[in-house]
Amino acid sequence: MTLRDFIDKLLGRQPASAGMARERLQLVLAHDRSDLNPELLEQMRREILEVVSRYVEIDLEEGDVSLETEDRVTALVANLPIKRARPNPPPPGADPTMATV
Amino acid sequence: MGAIIWGTSGKHVTSAQNRTILICSGKGGVGKTTLTANLGIALAKQGARTAVLDADFGLRNLDLLLGLENRIVYTAQEVLSGSCRLEQALVKHKQEPNLSLLPAGNPRMLEWLTPDDMKKIAGLLAEQFDYVLIDCPAGIEDGFKNAAAACREAIVVTTPEVSAVRDADRVIGLLQTREIEPIQLVLNRVRPRMMANQEMLSVSDVTDILALPLLGLVLEDDQVIISTNRGEPLTLNGSRSPAGQAYTNVARRLRGEEVPLADPTKEGRGLRAKLGRLMHTKIF
Repeated sequence: MTLRDFIDKLLGRQPASAGMARERLQLVLAHDRSDLNPELLEQMRREILEVVSRYVEIDLEEGDVSLETEDRVTALVANLPIKRARPNPPPPGADPTMATV
Repeated sequence: MGAIIWGTSGKHVTSAQNRTILICSGKGGVGKTTLTANLGIALAKQGARTAVLDADFGLRNLDLLLGLENRIVYTAQEVLSGSCRLEQALVKHKQEPNLSLLPAGNPRMLEWLTPDDMKKIAGLLAEQFDYVLIDCPAGIEDGFKNAAAACREAIVVTTPEVSAVRDADRVIGLLQTREIEPIQLVLNRVRPRMMANQEMLSVSDVTDILALPLLGLVLEDDQVIISTNRGEPLTLNGSRSPAGQAYTNVARRLRGEEVPLADPTKEGRGLRAKLGRLMHTKIF
């Protein structure tokens, strides 16, 4: 936080807009660069959570799958806090549709 | 830059020094044509044989900014169709004879250009000139693809605004897939006071996001509009205005000279600038 941000907060003013511009740009560019629209990303997020939760119990509230971009390289970053391992993970080669989700 | 051979009729070998540079931005109105005109004049004044090619033949304006609008007789199209020689189509600038303008086409023409046409024209120019600057149309459609086909390197122009930076990012992605190298950035219409107040993306915000080397910083400057009114680029008469100096410096850097880039928010010595810097300080 810069001094300017701090003063703005004290006075209840709108924060300077450059930071907002930067954040909005970073988000929109991550999507532009990966050619993924938010809908597809959401679908991918659901499927990733589905697969992972066949093996471990994850905290869906805290879980986060998002695109991050740095130096023109876009990465898919998943942060999925694990509550505990599943007592009965599906055996190797099992029909994935049979797994409990 | 080695020699390239174009065309089928004969062997056109480029001048060993030739650099053909695309000037593009994606978004319209950020200053591509102004940069092309000023950079072309500045390079010519520095002794380089320079051609500027207006690839935007539908909405051409480079002639207007250079004050050459009344002297265009032929265009690249007549050269390609064989109805005139290249020398006849080139419009030489009277005050700065090292600079010539070639319009790609006539606004009344329909789509006729192909990437191969542009390659041929650029190849012909490369034989005679040290620098060929191609003023790219806005957008990322055919006009952009044609112009990009003829270039080996590029300058991307943007302003510190979200829409311009986003479009620049798209264009950079397309240039990289075409293996155009190097791609350098010119940040235009910088307002130091807004930057100091953190109401405008900072220079490092833009260079970090686009991840390109910065070739130049041009401050917002009323003189730019005045010079376009007259049809005399700022670099023509060695203007000491901020934008004029910035364009001259872009030319010098392009030619390999080391010219330091100053942070616009750190230049001022007045109270306002000092206060701006204080406000920028990270406190936690």
